Amino acid sequence: MAETTELQQPKGVRGLIHRFYGGAPLLGILLGFLACTFWENIIGEALASVLLLPKMPILFGLVTMSKVFAGLFNLAIKGSPFELFTLIHVPMALIYFGVVYAVPLAIVVRLTVRPANAVARSLQQLPLIVTALVHLGFLYAIFHVWVELSDYRLITLKLTLIAVLLTLSLNIINGYMGEFSCSHPGFMAVGAYMSSFFTVGLFVNDKVLGEALLGIPLAFLSFPLALIFGGLCASLSALIVAIPSFRTRGDYLAIISLAFLFIVKSFFENMQSLGGARGIMGQPDWASLPVIFIVVVIGVWAINNFVNSTLGKALNAVRDDEMAADAMTVDTRKTKMVAFLFGAFWAGMAGGLLAHVLRFINPAMFGIQKLAEVLAMVYFGGLNSVYGSIVGAVSISLLGEVLRPLEILKWIFIPLLLILVMIYRPTGLVAFKEFNVRKSFGPKEVD
Amino acid sequence: MPLLEVIGMSHYFGGLRAVSNYNLSLESGQIAGLIGPNGAGKTTIFNLITGIYQPAEGEVRLNGTNVVGKRTNQIAALGIGRTFQEMRLWRHMTVLEHVKMARYSKLSYGLFGAFLDSPQRRKEEKKSTELAMEYMELFGVDQYADQLVVNLPYGAQRRVEMARALAMEPKVLLLDEPTVGMTPEEMVDMIMVVRKAHERFNLAIFLIEHRLRVVSELCQNVQTLVFGEVLVEGTPNEVQNHPKVIEAYIGDQEIDF
Repeated sequence: MAETTELQQPKGVRGLIHRFYGGAPLLGILLGFLACTFWENIIGEALASVLLLPKMPILFGLVTMSKVFAGLFNLAIKGSPFELFTLIHVPMALIYFGVVYAVPLAIVVRLTVRPANAVARSLQQLPLIVTALVHLGFLYAIFHVWVELSDYRLITLKLTLIAVLLTLSLNIINGYMGEFSCSHPGFMAVGAYMSSFFTVGLFVNDKVLGEALLGIPLAFLSFPLALIFGGLCASLSALIVAIPSFRTRGDYLAIISLAFLFIVKSFFENMQSLGGARGIMGQPDWASLPVIFIVVVIGVWAINNFVNSTLGKALNAVRDDEMAADAMTVDTRKTKMVAFLFGAFWAGMAGGLLAHVLRFINPAMFGIQKLAEVLAMVYFGGLNSVYGSIVGAVSISLLGEVLRPLEILKWIFIPLLLILVMIYRPTGLVAFKEFNVRKSFGPKEVD
Repeated sequence: MPLLEVIGMSHYFGGLRAVSNYNLSLESGQIAGLIGPNGAGKTTIFNLITGIYQPAEGEVRLNGTNVVGKRTNQIAALGIGRTFQEMRLWRHMTVLEHVKMARYSKLSYGLFGAFLDSPQRRKEEKKSTELAMEYMELFGVDQYADQLVVNLPYGAQRRVEMARALAMEPKVLLLDEPTVGMTPEEMVDMIMVVRKAHERFNLAIFLIEHRLRVVSELCQNVQTLVFGEVLVEGTPNEVQNHPKVIEAYIGDQEIDF
């Protein structure tokens, strides 16, 4: 027994991190992050000027560093002028990260191991919903404090949360059911247009959709309805892809769903009553951070529930061996239909949120590039895993932002990374891993 | 009235007549066998009964009602369980999930129950887990409950497949070469497993086998299929000594006796 536990201990840097944070429950780590965000609010600005940084690092100092590399790159390729002095930003950004995040996080987590474990243990006695709400409350608090410092953070966080929902909804079809569907941006477009149609048409004076039909106060309370309307319309459009999916699999379905994507895109381009190629703008500013947070949490919760039920596991059975699934009473037609409609519903919801975050949509946003982005998130993070989708969406979104200063080079780095992941981990970083909610909230044994 | 009755069933693959005018009558609690050289159409008959192929002619009656034209999952839910020659387990699923999956048609909590984790869903899933554990215990695979099925030894995989087929509470169980690829010890073990299932659930069992020892130990009645037609039908003893059967097998299949 002692031997096996020794074998499971990871070595190297991972082992170090594991030993350091392994004893801390999730609650303690969340508390640590919360402390960091408050700490940054207090000293961030001053520390940045002391460290000779041009402005406060926004994404953990990563963007600051990538700007330096972009400068070096431009010097090498185009011979653009490069101030040698900016090289100092790299170590300074690292110091900033250490002082603001790494060290306080370590201190707080270490100091609160015992009390946090005790709290986690007593929380475990309560119903799961209470425990979950406490953790989500902490998570939201972290987000809330973290985005106070800059609007750029706010928009990045909003888009990342939407990406999580979108990735997870695609994982239902591409991961859990093992089909290769390319129609997701199409579902997203339907959701975005239909929810915009709802909100802009009813409550906003707009050039394209005309005068507001209703001018009631508290109209933002109808936002959930608008999102659900968008989601349901996306589900309805998914029927077009779901029906051929009974007959075709693999490559053929990929082609059919790709065709669907183009049909949706050109439909919206040619619908002059929905703004044509220019799209719809002026959506009311209702997609605030708490709204997005709540919608995404509900989405993740519902999808996690579904894939862990026997009805959801039927997706796996259909993927691994459809004939056996049929012979074991699984209604494979219904299962495939549900996967498409449910996935499309949440993609539509994500589209609705996106429309109200950007407050502007046009058909060009929902093309092949969007498809590549969301496929990258799914396959990078991991198939058949709620964890994986969250990891994939967050890491690809962050990477996109961090590498933005590198401009065109960004589209070399990200695909290269994807190729490496596909070679060394063909199913993604954390594929086929179940999300055991109760266990992840529980206390950890202190060694 | 027999539990499972097949009347005048024929099937063609293109111009090839794979099964012609096949008849079967299986009483409740009876074990019947189907033998025949490779390519005789034995598995095709299973696929026709379970609705994977649609027969060109003939009827399949379960408890007197014709099930031809129904979808595979509906026929299965009506009470025809089966195993596969190549097992067809789901490689990314655990043993427990396999056995629970067979209870799909018994669940009534609906999609919204699944999405919203309703109390009814929790109750039914819990009950389903308990029942699945009972089936796994019966076949001695309960210790593997949370393991992926691909990590199990071959004999255990076969038993998982039996547990899965029985968890759907069938009235008739079709076994497609349950002892294929087994050592003699594993074969004896499998005979015990089939007997146990038969006694415990009072099933009608219809099995395809190449090993005459399995057939003669288990079956009361045996059919010999050659080129899609039943050549000889009778007790195991009658069939295996029949000159036509020996002729069909010799040079083609070694009689393992």
